[in-house]
Amino acid sequence: MSDFKRIIAKRKRQDFVFNVVGIVCTLVGILTLGALLADLLMDGLTRLNWTFLTSFPSRFAERAGILSSWVGTLLIMVVTAFAAVPLGVAAGIYLEEYARKNWLTNIIEINIANLAGVPSIIYGLMALGLLVYQFRLGQSVLTGGLTLAFLILPIVIVATREALRTIPQGIREAAYALGSTKWQVVRHHLLPYSLGGTMTGIIIALSRAIGETAPLITIGALTFIAFLPPPPFESQPPFVSFDWLWSPFSVLPIQMFNWVSRPDQDFVVNAAGAGLVLIVVTLALNAVAILIRYRVRKRIKW
Amino acid sequence: MKEIPILQHPVAAAADQGISAPPTAGPSATKRLSRLKERFIEALLFLAAFSSVAITAGIVGTLLYESSSFFASVSLKEFLTGTLWTPLFASPRFGIMPLVAGTLVTTGVALVVALPIGTVVAIYLSEFAPASVREIIKPALELLSAVPTVVYGYFALQFMSPLLQKLLPGLPTFNMLSAGVVMGIMIIPYVSSLSEDAMRAVPMSLREGAYAMGANRIITALKVVYPAALSGIVASYILAISRAIGETMIVAIAAGMQPNLTFDPREPAATITAFIVQVSLGDLPHGSVGYQSIFAAGVTLFIMTLIFNILGYILRKRFREVY
Amino acid sequence: MNASVEMGIVRLAKMTMRDEFARTQVNQEVLDSAESQPSGSRQIKAEVEGLNFFYGKLQALKNINMVFGANQVTAIIGPSGCGKSTLLRCFNRIHDLYPETRYEGKIILQPSGINLIGPETDPLEMRMRMSMVFQKPNAFPKSVFENVAFGLRLRGINGQELKDHVEQSLRSAALWDEVKDRLRASAYTLSGGQQQRLCIARALATEPEMLLFDEPTSALDPIATSKIENLIFDLKRDVTVVIVTHNMQQAARVSDFTAFMYLGELIEVAPTKEMFENPAIKLTEEYITGHFG
Repeated sequence: MSDFKRIIAKRKRQDFVFNVVGIVCTLVGILTLGALLADLLMDGLTRLNWTFLTSFPSRFAERAGILSSWVGTLLIMVVTAFAAVPLGVAAGIYLEEYARKNWLTNIIEINIANLAGVPSIIYGLMALGLLVYQFRLGQSVLTGGLTLAFLILPIVIVATREALRTIPQGIREAAYALGSTKWQVVRHHLLPYSLGGTMTGIIIALSRAIGETAPLITIGALTFIAFLPPPPFESQPPFVSFDWLWSPFSVLPIQMFNWVSRPDQDFVVNAAGAGLVLIVVTLALNAVAILIRYRVRKRIKW
Repeated sequence: MKEIPILQHPVAAAADQGISAPPTAGPSATKRLSRLKERFIEALLFLAAFSSVAITAGIVGTLLYESSSFFASVSLKEFLTGTLWTPLFASPRFGIMPLVAGTLVTTGVALVVALPIGTVVAIYLSEFAPASVREIIKPALELLSAVPTVVYGYFALQFMSPLLQKLLPGLPTFNMLSAGVVMGIMIIPYVSSLSEDAMRAVPMSLREGAYAMGANRIITALKVVYPAALSGIVASYILAISRAIGETMIVAIAAGMQPNLTFDPREPAATITAFIVQVSLGDLPHGSVGYQSIFAAGVTLFIMTLIFNILGYILRKRFREVY
Repeated sequence: MNASVEMGIVRLAKMTMRDEFARTQVNQEVLDSAESQPSGSRQIKAEVEGLNFFYGKLQALKNINMVFGANQVTAIIGPSGCGKSTLLRCFNRIHDLYPETRYEGKIILQPSGINLIGPETDPLEMRMRMSMVFQKPNAFPKSVFENVAFGLRLRGINGQELKDHVEQSLRSAALWDEVKDRLRASAYTLSGGQQQRLCIARALATEPEMLLFDEPTSALDPIATSKIENLIFDLKRDVTVVIVTHNMQQAARVSDFTAFMYLGELIEVAPTKEMFENPAIKLTEEYITGHFG
């Protein structure tokens, strides 16, 4: 019996030790995130002011700002969203609701799983060879936006499918029983009901695209740009213009990369400022996504 | 990313075969039109799904096309066995070894950090932590992989490098160690979240069996739950490896950009990805050997990650079949 | 079942129970009256006193009082959700794995006199002293040998002693001849019935004080079931057996005593033969004869 007690004491000690190790390892992750934020804040907060947001980059660190890069990021995101969301949602609907189980569907499935694992810089190389030179789209906002759209397409597809999958089969059957066609079921029932889940996925995908640097460097985005693309709205008819699509661009992460690689410490402070803007936007998008997911879960009880 | 096989719903299948608009009702024009519309929409949706295949074709085609002229002038033997990578020098050398070495070393360092920590976190969250703690910690850790990699690069160079320099005097500012460590921390959530999912999918009855024998938590976790979830856990490891190989900005910023055939993580060296970034930053004429060399490097990178992706896919498939 | 009828039955059961209260209090005298063993050799293995059990606010066991005789098979029967598995799972404190579970009362284990569910008692120790066989075979993702060795290794047994114990347990579980040539194969290569006998071997290996069976044959075919029933009948020479089953024929075949539970209460406990031939309480009779509800 004392043997039992000894063994049990040993087992409890093991559990206790692992519990401590587990908490420490978890803290490594959490604390790193904290250190990273603190590091950026300490270095970059001093730089964060209105002038920083509204100035073009400059040879002089204290005069340099992120105007052209955040505008570039914004425009790129518009193109990315317009390309990736309809394409990804449509593909998700097809695979989840229409596709029959055959070799072609199988290939598409394997292909999407594989695409999700392709390094982002490879997308950049593809865009460089294909979009920039073969299709002659140039090193433009359009090329950049499409590149990132390709990159996040698998995320949007998977999110759409997972959202559709949470809708119970009974809803579909009820709609069909009322005489709906397949597209009517999708359009009037499945799409609205899965909107929350799909939106979560789209926002997370866009937050990933905002931080992407490598593929845009590869297609030849500029690291120094002191002008803005032409505005999308004009005073003359037809009032809208798409010239900005063909404009060269820079984005926030590239601007940050450019500054962080310089030996001059003043520019490193600028990099921290740009990094702060970048991380605040990314974390805010993730927070919105988590919030939507939480509210959808709370609201819908199938 | 869990996937379940697509089932053809019986009702949906019926509707698909036109039963919702039976031909016996007479081929009225509106019905024919509506069926035509349904077919058209399905075709559009299919094209969207198929576009992913087109993207893959675009990637493979571009890589092969652009690198074919590279391999026309550089022999595969020199490419694979050469120990110097100086494509932009006056007398260029095209041995990919130094870049592969840099990639392997930074990946190795990252895995040494991410696999043990990620696994311990997964076991802790799945088997030890109360549900309330898990609900908070898991999304918080996942934020680690949401931070833009360029920010991690900054962190590696400005925070990790000085920190490690205090521990290892003589460590240069640019080194593979700091880049690898930060990259490892970035991929912790890939390992911890997916492994935890796999471990939580292990049926409770197995755990009860172990506890009923008098096992404690850690023995149950290591001897019963971990092996039962192994294929899912290994799939998460493989995803982590594939991420580390393809990661670009951290190594481009913090590991240095000089190709350097070394396996010492304390030294600076360029990875395959860092080389592509470095060349892209310069002004490269389309069609020059330098331009082609980044595609040759890209093919190498693509094949390396493809192997791991396929391996991971097979394992995930198998893991789904277990329960 | 109609709700009001159900309430009526419960009220009826409670009334009869008051009349028959002595019957539910199985004591030394009742044990002695069992025909299975010569008089004077009966011993009590476990005494359950005033046991209540709660899942959060839901009370799953209500004031259970009964004893379990040493080296006897006690069957617990009753409809789904009556609390029979819940009662069984108190014995090895498996409930402690889940949050918001609570015990009240006592389960005294003899001869040590330890209160199984007392706050001072270590669940880990109780689990080392008990063994359980579950509803579905839950062999570990390991080899046949390592499955049986699992509990032994936990107790620090190694080398030749380990091998001997494993072989002996597999023989006791009537599995040795079928697996002796593939001890290193994965347990999942065995059939369902073999896996369940492997789980029994695993449970026997640690020489438990009590062997708890939770509907052990519900996932098996008739042939595998009869093998396991024979096994259970033989096991009581060495160990006290409690078996939860919803199969009344099974209870009749393998057990010395049978307890009938309904809606978390113990309705009746008696020697099996008596229970099935001449149940004292109407509710028991209705359940046994299938005129239930």
